[in-house]
Amino acid sequence: MSASTYTIVNLPDQATATMPKRHYINNEHGLLSWLFTADHKRIAMLYLMSITFFFFIGGAFAGLIRLELLTPQPDLVASDTYNKFFTMHGIVMIFLFLVPSVPATLGNFLIPIMLGAKDLAFPKINLLSWYLYMAGGMFTLAALVLGGVDTGWTFTTPLSTHYLNTHVVTAATAIFIAGFSSIFTGLNFIVTIHRMRAPGMTWFRMPLFVWANYAASVLMVLGTPVLAIAIVLVALERLIGIGVFDPTKGGDPLLFQHLFWFYSHPAVYIMILPGMGVISEVISTFSRKRVFGYTAVAFSSVAIAVFGFFVWAHHMFIMGVSNYSALVFSLLTMLVAVPSAIKIFNWAFTLQKGSITFETPMLYAFGFMGLFTIGGLTGVFLGSLGMDIHLTETYFIVAHFHFVMVGGMLMAFLAGIHFWWPKMTGRMYPESMSKLAAVVTFIGFNLTFLPQFILGYLGMPRRYHAYPQEYQVLNVLSTAGATVLGVGYLLPMLYLAWSLKYGEIAGDNPWQATGLEWQIQSPPLTENFTEIPVVDYEAYDYEWLANKTEHEVTTVG
Amino acid sequence: MHISPVLWQFLTKWLAASALFPAEASTIAPYTDALYFFLIGMTIVGLILVGVLLFGFSIRYSRKNNPVATQVEGSTLLEATWTIIPLAIFLVTFVWGALLYFRIFNPPTNAMNIYVVGKQWMWKAEHPGGQHEINALHVPIGRPVQLTMISQDVFHSFSVPDFRVKREVIPGRYTTVWFNATTPGTYHIFCTQYCGTKHSEMIGEVTALSPEDYEKWTKDSTSGMSLAQNGERLFASMGCNQCHSGNAASRGPNLAGVYGSKLQLTNGSQVLVNDAYLRDAILNPSQHVTAGYQPIMPTYQGQISEDGLIDLVEYIKNLNSNYRVQQTLGTSQSDLAAPTTPGMVKP
Ligand code: HEM
Ligand SMILES: [Cu+2]
Repeated sequence: MSASTYTIVNLPDQATATMPKRHYINNEHGLLSWLFTADHKRIAMLYLMSITFFFFIGGAFAGLIRLELLTPQPDLVASDTYNKFFTMHGIVMIFLFLVPSVPATLGNFLIPIMLGAKDLAFPKINLLSWYLYMAGGMFTLAALVLGGVDTGWTFTTPLSTHYLNTHVVTAATAIFIAGFSSIFTGLNFIVTIHRMRAPGMTWFRMPLFVWANYAASVLMVLGTPVLAIAIVLVALERLIGIGVFDPTKGGDPLLFQHLFWFYSHPAVYIMILPGMGVISEVISTFSRKRVFGYTAVAFSSVAIAVFGFFVWAHHMFIMGVSNYSALVFSLLTMLVAVPSAIKIFNWAFTLQKGSITFETPMLYAFGFMGLFTIGGLTGVFLGSLGMDIHLTETYFIVAHFHFVMVGGMLMAFLAGIHFWWPKMTGRMYPESMSKLAAVVTFIGFNLTFLPQFILGYLGMPRRYHAYPQEYQVLNVLSTAGATVLGVGYLLPMLYLAWSLKYGEIAGDNPWQATGLEWQIQSPPLTENFTEIPVVDYEAYDYEWLANKTEHEVTTVG
Repeated sequence: MHISPVLWQFLTKWLAASALFPAEASTIAPYTDALYFFLIGMTIVGLILVGVLLFGFSIRYSRKNNPVATQVEGSTLLEATWTIIPLAIFLVTFVWGALLYFRIFNPPTNAMNIYVVGKQWMWKAEHPGGQHEINALHVPIGRPVQLTMISQDVFHSFSVPDFRVKREVIPGRYTTVWFNATTPGTYHIFCTQYCGTKHSEMIGEVTALSPEDYEKWTKDSTSGMSLAQNGERLFASMGCNQCHSGNAASRGPNLAGVYGSKLQLTNGSQVLVNDAYLRDAILNPSQHVTAGYQPIMPTYQGQISEDGLIDLVEYIKNLNSNYRVQQTLGTSQSDLAAPTTPGMVKP
């Protein structure tokens, strides 16, 4: 291997593949070398560990919620405790898991490599983001340990400001701080994508994963400050009673709804877009084809991001917004559904004429496609004004957003973790176990959340601690499903940890994929590339890959 | 709803019997359900389409059946197709949903009015005839009923799934919802907006009665005083009548007939006097001073409960049946005192 070329190790070499001597993991040793690292890959691993930790906290609360709902009576815990359960579940899952999951772990690890850069534009700010995330996490735990919060993750005023004695300000601080973590991550990605692309890496040669994260970053940078403002106002209203949301002081309680949803609607795109990026990579790789209509998929990410800012009031159709503004927001909501539909069909047609294999990431990607289709189409129910009146604030909503966020985003996250695991750790995971986990997750998921659509149409309100007898059968089904789903999530935890030590050595490019990240060793060197690569082929150019027997990537320097 | 009524009845009866479907107990319900079935159809078709594509291609183009992939850039025609068709379906959904929304949220003019006050954690219904109920609501069938709702503390949300209606109940502002019950029976009232500790206990029952039974219920549960009569008492005890006495020397405008009229304010604007305006004029008088008067009215913020405000509003509303109803009230020169409430208001 000369200094200016890279050899692509192909599948046939895999059996003989050995772990590289030097890589980012063993480059330095000791806890401090991790806590003060500025290496985007190590920071990604820090995120991965902390996000997994919080996912399990959030998951434990989900289990408790479902356990309570097994019976119609409020028999497991007291009402206040139940309210704290779903608040913790929501806050942890949204702010500490879904928002950072793909961008902060996979995005952090991969975006510089995919662009042919040695790191993000601001490595130290990247580390700061992780510390902010952890500080936010600690405040959340503090709020939990000190006695909990029961506002729901939506912090509705004046309930949160005047009527609760729980640790609202602590939780608000947590979200405020964690918000800055995501603003910094977004800024870092945007600058990196604009400024750090390798020679030849044009905008339209970027992997779709980068496009998706780019769109999500724009949302993070523009949307999160609004949440920060709303949260600060809640804290001020609680602490010194400024009265912006208080009708008795001339404030407007609906103002909070506007501010909150102005962030929190785009936030669902912050959560789902990076996942969509993962799906593009996975589907392309395992069908060995360029994503069908690359440009349309790239622009649909941007379209979703732009439109995403103009639909927030669809959370307020029954709140006394004027009928005419409801019309406008409903129409815009319908428009924002279109780019998602485009993506689904483009992915499906990527398979056409492909040469498809069904590795674990692909199974998760298929799961994503099915569940996200249901999640997306049930969103159309809610965007449709008259239908929303009956469905909103019921379990239909709970089912809908779990289909999108958990069926969609979490499936994509798992697809991505499995897909890039060999790159991140240098080892393979056990294949049949992982396939089993994917199938169990899919079955458990449907069993958990399909009954909730029916519950919602029957009228069972969300955030109910107890419910009328006639809803029990469906709730029992849902709890049974949650148990299966829980097993489905535990399995990867166990076998991925196992694979760190015992997994097969992966080799550089186990999937024979095209991205720049697969052209370097696994796990990568701290500096990613010894020489900056020159990109002279399109994204997902499998012919380029196949045509090279002695694959060489040109470099400068 | 353009499918055969027989088929429809069969479908909904069968579904309701299977406990997967709520009862259809209002005139709105079949319209909501029709849209629901359309949307379910759309979802199933979409899902089948995606499923067929995924599985079809997976089998046809698996590595076994197709060892080498053929690269395809894309296809403008195909992409245009799957942009335009979903867009068209979504636009149909939009129009359909919008029509339904207007139907659900625009009350018919002949609706009878009942007030509902939400508070942690109960629903208080106040009928114009003075009947009060907690976590219960009696309504006649076959007659549009409008609820004028307000919250005394936090957001609540009034929901009757079997009627397919729901509306947020907001502190500081009136919202309305209406329905026309079709089948006698009792149905759940839920609070669907999370409102604190006993959110899931803030439930009640709406009882739909035949007109005769309703008549009987009204007679049996009257407290003897209508809302307007309560309001009249309050009007006197709060000292409102010192200024709003309706004679020339009074320092405040005469209120008879003011409800429903357009009022000229000192700042030049005109407002329509409705429940919300009257409530606000009592709580924040300095913000809208009637032309020709001084901003001397004190605020009653914190001194009157939402129930009291409803009584006052109802009282003022009912003042319009006096003989000077045609007069412009803000400039009334009459020296007659405002007449007392016309007898108990029949619901
Ligand atoms: C086994 C898996 C899960 C189960 C059984 C479950 C169950 C539930 C249930 C029953 C609720 C409704 C609580 C209520 O309204 O009373 C809920 C709310 C919620 N869930 Fe999950 N969930 C699961 C996983 C997740 C995951 C993985 C996420 C995000 C990554 C998530 C995010 C949320 C959010 C944001 C809420 C809203 C909380 C609120 O209403 O304040 N859930 N979940
Ligand atoms: Cu409530």
